[in-house]
Amino acid sequence: MSKFEFPPSITSRPVWGRLEARAGKHHLMIAEAEGAEAIIDIATPELMAKSHIIYIPKDTDFEARLKDLNPAILHVGPSYSASLQRIRRILLDAHMGLQVYLTGTEGMMGQAMNEAVNAGIPHTAIQTEHRGSTARRMQCVHCKGITEDVELDPFVCSHCGLNLFVRDHYSRRIAAYQGVCVDAEDPGNIPEQKRIYE
Amino acid sequence: MTIQFNDETFRDDYSFRNSPWAIKRFPFPFDKDDYMYSVNMEPHERVRDGSIFTNRFDVDEHYVSEMRDRALVLDQDPLRCQSLPHMTLAGWDLLELIMVSKSEDYPDMFELHRDGNKWRWINKPLGIDDSFTFLDESTLPYGPMEYITRQTQGDFALLDQRDDNLWMDAGMITTQADWSLDFDIGMNFFEWHAPVPLAAEKGIFVRALKFLLNIQQGSPARRLNWTMTVNPLLDTSPENYHKWGVQKTTLTPENIGSKQHLRVELQTFFRLPRSNGMVFPIRCYLCSFQDLMTVPKWGRRLHRVIRDLPDELAEYKGFIANKPLMLDYLSKFDDGLPTSPGIWPDIETEPPLQK
Repeated sequence: MSKFEFPPSITSRPVWGRLEARAGKHHLMIAEAEGAEAIIDIATPELMAKSHIIYIPKDTDFEARLKDLNPAILHVGPSYSASLQRIRRILLDAHMGLQVYLTGTEGMMGQAMNEAVNAGIPHTAIQTEHRGSTARRMQCVHCKGITEDVELDPFVCSHCGLNLFVRDHYSRRIAAYQGVCVDAEDPGNIPEQKRIYE
Repeated sequence: MTIQFNDETFRDDYSFRNSPWAIKRFPFPFDKDDYMYSVNMEPHERVRDGSIFTNRFDVDEHYVSEMRDRALVLDQDPLRCQSLPHMTLAGWDLLELIMVSKSEDYPDMFELHRDGNKWRWINKPLGIDDSFTFLDESTLPYGPMEYITRQTQGDFALLDQRDDNLWMDAGMITTQADWSLDFDIGMNFFEWHAPVPLAAEKGIFVRALKFLLNIQQGSPARRLNWTMTVNPLLDTSPENYHKWGVQKTTLTPENIGSKQHLRVELQTFFRLPRSNGMVFPIRCYLCSFQDLMTVPKWGRRLHRVIRDLPDELAEYKGFIANKPLMLDYLSKFDDGLPTSPGIWPDIETEPPLQK
């Protein structure tokens, strides 16, 4: 699978890396959809023997291939939110030397990174790799509601219904990009929707 | 001196007005006939008695009404004031800094009586007389930062210093030029400035941060920044942009002189003693074009600055659509004569308009 290269942007926009196997006593790997392939790419028997993989398939099916890697634990969660309590518990129980690997969409990585940071792991110590959809998790600056999986710009806030344009300004704390009313100065004049990276 | 406080509004009927005194001391932000970003930092020292640079925290005729406007904003949106848990001590630092400064600089309006940690604070313009225990949050009606910034003009960003960076971890932000505390809280210096065009590539933020990290206790610094606002609206927040944005389209050649305001921020930077954090007060001053034009030097200069400003900056500052209308108006106040250096009005020495 080819990886999407995000265009250069402003300094608040997160820069995702490429996973590599690191030395560590335990490894927590959270893979959403095509993110499973990033894990498969770095898997070795030694790494997998100490790895707890949480796989959130969305519309993919990598479960069998992940199982073939023989990870210490493989958990398949139907969604990120369904997996959240489990992730928190793992982080709560974590000891020094835990390595965290996040791979999938920006929205999932951002939210999971927050959980790890809240558990005391510096964000610079967390490995990430973007795979799959380039859709964004957006916060409406007006009503504060979050709209997941935004692919088009502008888009309609799923909470307050305002037409919002997609900014590159990103908050790690909210794990979302900022959406701002697109027709405030000319009500009703909504530009035609484009894909975000078009 | 005793200040006569205006009873005025910054919304709805916009009854805000500057007296001749306030116009004369308005912090005109252009020290020459053109403008580009620069770090433009200087020591926050007393200059020119009566100017806005006379005291550490300037109090003017708009004080009481501005505080009323802040309370209205907070009623509607409490998220404009936030403090991450580790910032409480910095909040106390700020409370002390403001109470000490104001009671020393304006003894007729503010009194601070201290007996160990038993403090009594008297704010006469707002009718407040509170006794509390310093460093004991339970003795104040709000957290320390919120308590004192509900009584002090200007926005306040409280910054934590760690990893050779500054982190915006608390703030009282109700008069902002279109940025969201709720979104930016927790960001570092480079992240919260990320949306500003041109400045990063000029190395402005790297140099500014280096300067700020070295600010010592008792040696605050300052700079001026500016933008444009239609109507004297303090709350130009992104949160309410869908409500106020449309006001930008109400300018006409007839009303631009009274409706278009130059919005200037006096930004100051103080090191805080206990937390080793910093406070970054951002004080907003508004002046209508027609009031600015009563100072011939400012009329000449404002026209030249706006005329020659790169479009990217006019776009970022949100007035590119109104720029032609502004230039039509301002050109009438530019007779081509040279202007004296510096920001001061120089009314006695600069010639009147020659057309």
